Parts: sequence; C-alpha cells; structure tokens
Amino acid sequence: MKAINSLILVLALIVIAMLGAGALGIEYLFGVIIPYLAVFIFIVGFITKMVGWGKSAVPFRIPTTCGQATKSLPMFKDKWSRLDNPGTKLGTIGRMFLEVVLFRSLFRNTRVELHPGQYIAYSSSKWLWIFALIFHYTFLIIVIRHLRFFTEPIPGVIVFLDQVDSMLQILVPPLFISSALILVALGYLLLRRFFVPSMRYISQPADYVPLFLIISIVVSGMLMRYVGPFKTDLMPVKELAMGLVQFSPTVPEGIGLTFYVHFFLFSVLLMYFPFSKLMHMGGVFLSPTRNLPNDSREKHHPNPWNYPVKLHTYEDYENDFREKMVEADLPVEKPLEEMAEETSENDEKKE
Amino acid sequence: MYNAKYIIPGLIIFALLFTFPFWYNLGAVTYEPVELELPEDFDDCIESTEFMRTEHMKLLDEWRDIYVRDGYQLYWSELKEQYFLMSLTKTCMDCHDNKEDFCDRCHDQTAVDPYCWDCHHTEP
Ligand code: HEC
Ligand code: HEC
Ligand code: HEC
Ligand code: HEM
Repeated sequence: MKAINSLILVLALIVIAMLGAGALGIEYLFGVIIPYLAVFIFIVGFITKMVGWGKSAVPFRIPTTCGQATKSLPMFKDKWSRLDNPGTKLGTIGRMFLEVVLFRSLFRNTRVELHPGQYIAYSSSKWLWIFALIFHYTFLIIVIRHLRFFTEPIPGVIVFLDQVDSMLQILVPPLFISSALILVALGYLLLRRFFVPSMRYISQPADYVPLFLIISIVVSGMLMRYVGPFKTDLMPVKELAMGLVQFSPTVPEGIGLTFYVHFFLFSVLLMYFPFSKLMHMGGVFLSPTRNLPNDSREKHHPNPWNYPVKLHTYEDYENDFREKMVEADLPVEKPLEEMAEETSENDEKKE
Repeated sequence: MYNAKYIIPGLIIFALLFTFPFWYNLGAVTYEPVELELPEDFDDCIESTEFMRTEHMKLLDEWRDIYVRDGYQLYWSELKEQYFLMSLTKTCMDCHDNKEDFCDRCHDQTAVDPYCWDCHHTEP
C-alpha cells in the first residue's frame, strides 16, 4: 500500500507537468520559475539542514568494535585498525574517505538466516553494497554528462565522458552504459523492498518516493533519447538551459512535452532533497561513528557545553575557617600549628 | 555550531560545486541559438523540418539497416513525393554539403560525435 501510494504520488507529478506544460501551455512556470525555485530551495535547505545538525550535541567518541585503537597492547598487530578504529586525524580522514567513496560500512552488510533446528547464522551479503555503488556512481556520471546542456563551450572532460559512456555503439543515438546500469541498480533497490519481508516491513513512503521519483526521471530521460514519439529536439533544450544559467531565461519553441515532465520531476527531486532521507549526502560527513578519532584515552575532551562553574574547594574552605573549626573540635586536614609554621617559614624567606 | 572549521569549508565547497553551471558561464557571451547554413537550392528537407530535427538519427539508422541488410535502396518521401537513394553521403551530404557549418554546429553544442565519419565520406 505504501508503495502504491508513493507510485500514485509520482504519477500525479507527471500528470501535473503534462497538464501544466502541455494542455495549459504554461511552459514558463515549468521551464523557468519552478526550476529556479528548486535550485534555491535545494541550496538554502541543504545548508540550513547541515548548520542545524552542526549545532546539535557532538557525542563522546564512539570506539567502533571493528578494530583495536592505534595505541593498544603490543600483541594486537592488526594494521587495519588504523582505518577501522583510528586514533589519529589522518586515520580518520582515511576512514571517512573510504566510507564516502567506497561505502565501506555497506560492505559489512550481513544477512540473517534461520537454519533448521533454530540456528541463527549471519552471512555476508554484498549485493546491497555492489548495487548501491553502481547506483551512486552512474547517477554521478549522468549528472556530469548532463552539464553538456548547461555549459558553452562544453568542457573536454564532459565530451570525453560522453564518448566513453557510449562506446558500445548500440542503438542510435548510442546507448549510454550509465543509463542502462542505473536502471538495473534502481530495479534491485526497489525489488529488495518488495520481496525481502523484513525490508518490506520497515519500508515507508519516504523510502519509496525517492526511488519512484528517480526511476521516473531516468525513464523519461531515456524515452526522450531513444523512443520515437517521446523524442525531443535538443537545440531548444540547450537554449532553455543556457538561458537559466546565464540569468536571461527564455522558453524557446519546439521542446517536447517529455522534456517538461523530465525537468519537472528533477525540480521536485531538488525541492524534496533537503527534507528527505536523501540528505544522507551531507549527513554522511557528520556520522559520529565515522568522523571522530578514537583518542579518548590519549586526549582530554572537555564537554563543550559545560557551564563555567564557580569553584570553592575544600582546601579553600578549610583555609577560611580553620581556626573556627579547631575551636569547635572539628577535624581538619592541616592542623593550626602547621599553618603557623608555614606562615612563619614564609615570613623568614621573605626576610 | 560545533566543528565549524570543518563544516563551513565543506558547505562552501558544496555550494561551489552545485552552482558550477552558473559561474562557469560567467563572462561568456550570452548564449545564442545555433545558426545553420541551409542548402540554398531547396526549400525543404526530405521530411518536415520538425521531424528531421528530432528523428534524423533514427532515419539514418533505419536506412542503414534497410540498405545493408535488406538490400532496398530507395526511400519514398511523402513530403517531396519523390524517391531518394538511402545513402548518408550521396543523399544527405549532397544537399548539406557543408558538414562543419551544418551537422557539426548542432552536434558540437550537445557533445554529440557521430562515429559514422570513421568510414563514410562527408562529400559525395
Ligand atoms: C533535397 C535536399 C536535402 C536532402 C537530400 C537532405 N536535406 Fe536536410 N534539409 C534540406 C533543407 C532545404 C533544409 C531546411 C529546411 C527548412 O528551412 O525548414 C533541411 C533541414 C534539415 C535539418 C533541420 C535543420 C534545422 O533547421 O534545424 C536536418 C537535421 C537535416 N536537414 C538533416 C538531413 C539529413 C540527416 C539528411 C539525410 C537523411 C538530409 N537532411 C537530407 C535539404 C535536404
Ligand atoms: C538541428 C541540429 C542538428 C543538425 C542540423 C544535425 N544534427 Fe545530428 N543530431 C543532433 C542531435 C541533438 C543529436 C543527438 C540526439 C539525441 O541525443 O537525442 C544528433 C545525433 C545524430 C546522430 C546519432 C549519433 C549520436 O552520437 O547520437 C547521427 C548519426 C547524426 N546526428 C547525423 C547527422 C548528420 C549526418 C547531420 C548533417 C546532415 C546532422 N546529424 C545534422 C542535432 C542535429
Ligand atoms: C565501420 C565502418 C562504418 C561505420 C562506422 C558506419 N558505417 Fe554506414 N556503412 C558502412 C558500409 C561498409 C556500408 C555499405 C556501403 C555499400 O554497400 O555501398 C554502409 C552503409 C550505410 C548506409 C547506406 C548506404 C550509403 O551509401 O550510405 C547508411 C545510410 C549508413 N551506412 C549510415 C551510417 C550511419 C548513420 C553511421 C553512424 C551512426 C554509419 N553508417 C557508420 C560502414 C560504416
Ligand atoms: C537528477 C537529475 C537527472 C537525472 C538522473 C537525469 C537522467 C537522465 C537519463 C538517464 C537520460 C537518458 C540519456 C542519458 O543518460 O543522457 C536523460 C536524458 C535527458 N535529460 Fe536528464 N536527468 C536529470 C536532469 C536533467 C536536467 C536538469 C535536464 C535539463 C536540461 C535534463 C535534460 C535531459 C535531456 C534533454 C535528455 C535527452 C538527452 C538526449 O536525447 O540525448 N535532465 N536524463
């Protein structure tokens, strides 16, 4: 049900774009106003969210159990602990880098199996890791390739990426490997939620909506490139895109409706981003189990929100009231005579 | 904010990366739609201009398959009411005899680089 509702939501977005840009003919809204608004909401929303997270309490260092801290007993020789449980800043940078670039935590994903006789076994499961990796990298490549619409002259890297990506030379215009792969990866990520009972149980609309949204963006893009009636002329698309980034927006004639659907879904994705789980893009950099070196035994970490307390130690207290305490027969740590001697010694020194 | 010395530079990098198209084109001349050099002796392409703009690659692909695999050579154009030889060089490039000022103008703007010219001539 949650999946169906999410699908209906995304389909409704497609219908909105088709009605708005197609039937009603308000292309300016869908081609200029909404995209500008989307970029604004995305950037401001992203920064606000990150600053908000930056203001919340940073927990105590969390040593992860994957390895021993760098400074440990000599019998622990595991050199990977420098990355799994680093005690230094450099090691932490290494751990963060591998986390962001290779999704090392996902690599540890395990599967629980119930064997006959009520045995529970955990085995390694790399599928999520490999498909997540494929999804994120193909998405990145597609976004970089799309910059061909937003740059003039087009940087050589983008042209090169285009050629490498289409090197299979099947179909005309040639199939991009990245757009085929992203569909496979998205398919896995979606079917996983449908068919794994535990995943299905915890999946919320907030999990389905981004998936359906991205799948629809990819499918509309591929329709626009490969499939007859959906094809669009790219020259006015470039004119519109360049108009947007050079702040002289125009809505040229001759852009197909598929483009407006594609562009509107993309704008919605941008607007939805700061409020959704997609914020893990920024959030991964703030994961406390990953970005804090395990050095609590070497360094003192004062609580940063400690209130500056006025101290009056017992020593000071006794100094203030020693004579009265001795008079009242209360035990004191330093007897009066000692005090007297000390003061007289000090007096002598002064002389 | 805690760890501002890491978070603020990170956010600046984020903002710079995601506004790349906005500052990359700063200082460049305002984008003008391409001007193509069209054949002077004719008014129309072999199909309607809108069709050619979006479908010329599909058309060429079909021509190639039909010519090479099925052995037919002629294409009937409803628009022009005449037959054309299904040939990249002998038909398209006969009218559009200036690849640089026609095909390439569009293709350069969209990072399209058809590999056809590895084998095919640009002039009949
Ligand atoms: C009979 C000569 C002739 C032949 C053959 C011909 N064209 Fe054209 N083509 C033209 C003319 C004339 C125009 C300009 C039409 C106009 O002004 O609307 C044109 C326009 C076009 C356009 C649209 C340009 C624009 O204004 O955006 C494309 C793309 C194109 N031709 C590609 C091709 C391809 C590919 C072939 C081979 C399959 C081909 N043409 C064969 C004469 C020809
Ligand atoms: C109106 C601009 C325009 C003109 C003129 C034009 N093309 Fe294209 N052509 C394109 C665009 C845009 C694409 C990419 C289509 C896509 O990605 O959907 C393309 C793609 C192609 C492709 C598919 C290969 C690929 O890498 O995508 C071939 C082949 C091709 N054009 C041949 C020609 C030839 C030959 C001419 C000259 C006779 C020509 N085109 C003129 C805009 C144009
Ligand atoms: C590997 C070299 C090669 C490449 C690359 C190539 N072709 Fe061809 N093409 C041929 C050969 C060989 C023939 C057959 C010529 C003949 O039998 O007269 C042919 C025939 C054709 C024909 C029909 C005959 C003619 O005279 O044009 C078309 C149309 C065609 N190719 C289009 C394309 C298009 C479009 C591309 C790019 C997307 C392309 N070809 C890329 C080698 C190539
Ligand atoms: C989240 C961002 C986006 C994603 C994931 C995405 C995805 C795709 C995919 C997978 C394709 C198929 C062909 C290819 O891989 O190039 C495509 C095509 C296309 N996209 Fe996007 N897109 C996005 C944003 C945009 C934006 C902002 C524009 C506005 C200019 C745009 C315009 C187009 C056009 C015009 C095509 C057709 C390209 C062609 O015919 O060669 N897309 N898109």
